[in-house]
Amino acid sequence: MARALIQVPASARRGEMIAVRTLIGHPMETGYRPDANGVLLPQDIIRRFSCHYNGELVFSAELSPAIAANPYLAFHVQAGTSGPLVFTWEGDRGFTHTETTNLSVVG
Amino acid sequence: MSPGLPSTHGAGCVPQRRQILLAGLALAGGVTARPASATPEAMAQAVAAFTSGATVRQGRVKIDIAPLVENGNAVPVTVSVDGPSGDAAQVVGLAMFNERNPQPEVFRVRLGARAGRAEFSTRIRLATTQRLVAVAQWADGSFWSESVDVIVTLAACIEEEGHG
Repeated sequence: MARALIQVPASARRGEMIAVRTLIGHPMETGYRPDANGVLLPQDIIRRFSCHYNGELVFSAELSPAIAANPYLAFHVQAGTSGPLVFTWEGDRGFTHTETTNLSVVG
Repeated sequence: MSPGLPSTHGAGCVPQRRQILLAGLALAGGVTARPASATPEAMAQAVAAFTSGATVRQGRVKIDIAPLVENGNAVPVTVSVDGPSGDAAQVVGLAMFNERNPQPEVFRVRLGARAGRAEFSTRIRLATTQRLVAVAQWADGSFWSESVDVIVTLAACIEEEGHG
């Protein structure tokens, strides 16, 4: 199971832009790199990331082997009403990981 | 780097020997070998695939990256859109492309209505000194782009498995 770190403010004002930062443990093996015997290691990367806020898709990304290991992705979400932020990573070899955090909106 | 996470050492390119072998193969047999690295032409094609051939104008996009990179394995980069936030709310997509990694694509991002600010940060691999291009798509279908030249002193292809 991958380890994922997510940083969002605990609470936000309505309409405020909040910074969302995510980090997940993954080697992002490019498929262009040989092992000690000179055999290319098979590609194994995270292909897609998405973030849903209150069930609505607010951000998604398609990643390539050019993304560094342990992908760090940072973006913004505009606070509306209190609700869950659901983060999903999908990749090769059936890799899938989901994290949920709650955003409470005041005012 | 947090403990428990895999090493960041991941090379992004084909070793020189293979490049030479492929080139020799192509010369000898007239075989069309896949290029070992993307080319400016391949990058232009990738940009055209993203824009569906629409005209891309220069400007309005900002790339924040160190001009001199010491370690190509993890290079922080931020792509954002210039101008008032009202403008930024109209941005629906961001993408980044490179000239000299094995593949011209770096990332493609889709922004929903609630994303608010057209800004994305991540860490990328750079195989060598090269030019990066960022393209932003507005809701009205227009595309704007910006490019930046980056010098890489330690490429993301020197370390091999077991050495990193």
